[in-house]
Amino acid sequence: MSILVVAEHDNASLNPSTLNTISAAAQIGGEIDLLVAGLDASAVVDAAKAVNGISKVISANHEALGDGLAENIAWLVKGLAKDYSHILVSASNFGKNFMPRVAAMLDMMQISDITEVVADDTFVRPIYAGNALQTVQSSDAIKLITVRTTAFDQIPDNGGSAEVIDTEVDEAFGRIQFVSRDVTESERPDLASAKIVISGGRGVGSKEDFALIEQLAEKLNAAVGASRAAVDAGYAPNDYQVGQTGKVVAPDLYIAVGISGAIQHLAGMKESKVIVAINKDEDAPIFNVADYGIVADLFDVVPELIEAL
Amino acid sequence: MKVLVAVKRVVDFNVRVRVKSDGSGVDIDNVKMSMNPFDESAIEEALRMREAGIASEVIAVSIGGTKSQETLRTALAMGADRAIHLESTDPVEPLGVAKLLTKIVEQESPEVVILGKQAIDDDSNQTGQMLAALLDWPQGSFASKAVFDGNNLSLTRETDSGLETLSITLPAVITTDLRLNEPRYPKLPDIMKARKKPIDTHDAASMGVDIAPRLTVLNVTEPPAREPGIKVANAAELIDKLKNETGVI
Ligand SMILES: Cc1cc2nc3c(=O)[nH]c(=O)nc-3n(C[C@H](O)[C@H](O)[C@H](O)COP(=O)(O)OP(=O)(O)OC[C@H]3O[C@@H](n4cnc5c(N)ncnc54)[C@H](O)[C@@H]3O)c2cc1C
Ligand SMILES: Nc1ncnc2c1ncn2[C@@H]1O[C@H](COP(=O)(O)O)[C@@H](O)[C@H]1O
Repeated sequence: MSILVVAEHDNASLNPSTLNTISAAAQIGGEIDLLVAGLDASAVVDAAKAVNGISKVISANHEALGDGLAENIAWLVKGLAKDYSHILVSASNFGKNFMPRVAAMLDMMQISDITEVVADDTFVRPIYAGNALQTVQSSDAIKLITVRTTAFDQIPDNGGSAEVIDTEVDEAFGRIQFVSRDVTESERPDLASAKIVISGGRGVGSKEDFALIEQLAEKLNAAVGASRAAVDAGYAPNDYQVGQTGKVVAPDLYIAVGISGAIQHLAGMKESKVIVAINKDEDAPIFNVADYGIVADLFDVVPELIEAL
Repeated sequence: MKVLVAVKRVVDFNVRVRVKSDGSGVDIDNVKMSMNPFDESAIEEALRMREAGIASEVIAVSIGGTKSQETLRTALAMGADRAIHLESTDPVEPLGVAKLLTKIVEQESPEVVILGKQAIDDDSNQTGQMLAALLDWPQGSFASKAVFDGNNLSLTRETDSGLETLSITLPAVITTDLRLNEPRYPKLPDIMKARKKPIDTHDAASMGVDIAPRLTVLNVTEPPAREPGIKVANAAELIDKLKNETGVI
């Protein structure tokens, strides 16, 4: 068995979620190759070589791959697929965007968002916003998988010495062009991998008051998240959204501030180690999953926390 | 241009589903069903294209059991011109749905197909991307803004680090985020009118594509529940617990 993991990166550094995905690959067993598809991403290739347990780093360097366009990445991966029994990528925006294209071109079904490897053809994945766990067995020749990275530990990023193989890329897909990127600037750690996450909900009330969440996060060196309602209302940018249809996080500590605890939100955070809820409604469903709850006005409690920390 | 929109009938987002005790699946008998929320945004976007004079006709398509027609009636009541139902009593996987949709695209020649980014029952997030690949079309997934200019689509999509804008040449597939628009509620007269609009029904198995499932569901289980927690009185007590009881700060 030979497994291809598609690395996620920004041409400058390897996204740590890739290390979680490699650990899922290691559980399946067999040789693991890591594909770095990008433009002038030699720093990523160097980081990839050093990752523990990687046999080969496949490096594809091309203008068409620089911006992560699904059309081009999928075409490349499809071309490499015949040498592999499994192809894995993180169930991030990047992975979700291109992997189904690979699957369709190969006439195979993708297995989305796995949380457990049961056997080399059998995997567990959450459905219905995580209210049920489905065990599925695939009959396809190549298993195309996106991995819920919070469900797997990271493999060490050192100790490896993989050989690097360059691969050629054909023409770019002609009918799509990358135009621009509007990246949310933040001093805070990355939401997907932070040890502590503070999330604000509609209860925070305004974009201005969302600064309170940022201040608490700064005290704890935490990442900032938000409910969909808070994002929709413009209090926080879209990449802060935690939940069934946003990011899934599982930090050591998750503090939900002014969030009611809808199932769609819980889907994105209920695997956190310790959950704290601050909400003035004692019947808010968020308290059903919270290890520690404070029933109070957030505008009293959060400043107190900032003060005391 | 014609716009095709795929709409799925799913358990309503407010329902908390129960896993069947024999582990065969979730119990969806007698629960409220609705149009997948992302698909409401898909229909809404198509209607706005028609209202802006960009689209000439909006066609809704759904794959599923007889009751999928209720979802198509909702799409018609919102304002879709007509509907196509591909009937299948067995659930069809995203790959199968994508293949069936390519057949409809062949018949109808739409220039834009809009899908939801994710069906909230299976949470697959695959069908739109698969359809785009099968058609060899570009895709604008997880869209929060779509601006049409002749043959060109300027599409803003949500990413893990913010937003990005793509320039796409039609024909293309779009998948929606809920932030793309605010779907309208059908009004009573529109619901009445929708009863008379045509739904063209075919057997999904007769469409000439292989829709046999590739994944076998071995079992479905309830996720482990969290231990009940406690209430603390104030910030000081919380900090004490986090430092001394759990050591997370
Ligand atoms: C298809 C679909 C997908 C979705 N995906 C997601 C998702 O990925 N993530 C997500 O989060 N949601 C998602 N949602 C939305 C979800 O259903 C809820 O609407 C949303 O999570 C509610 O956000 P909230 O808790 O911030 O707001 P609300 O439910 O309005 O709760 C606000 C809370 O703040 C409390 N509050 C108000 N003022 C104060 C105060 N001064 N002090 C203390 N507490 C206060 C209130 O008691 C209340 O409990 C989705 C919905 C749909 C239909
Ligand atoms: N059975 C179906 N009938 C119509 N559209 C569907 C069906 N299944 C999936 N879709 C479309 O594909 C989108 C994504 O679904 P999924 O890939 O299953 O998460 C949905 O939002 C719908 O637009």
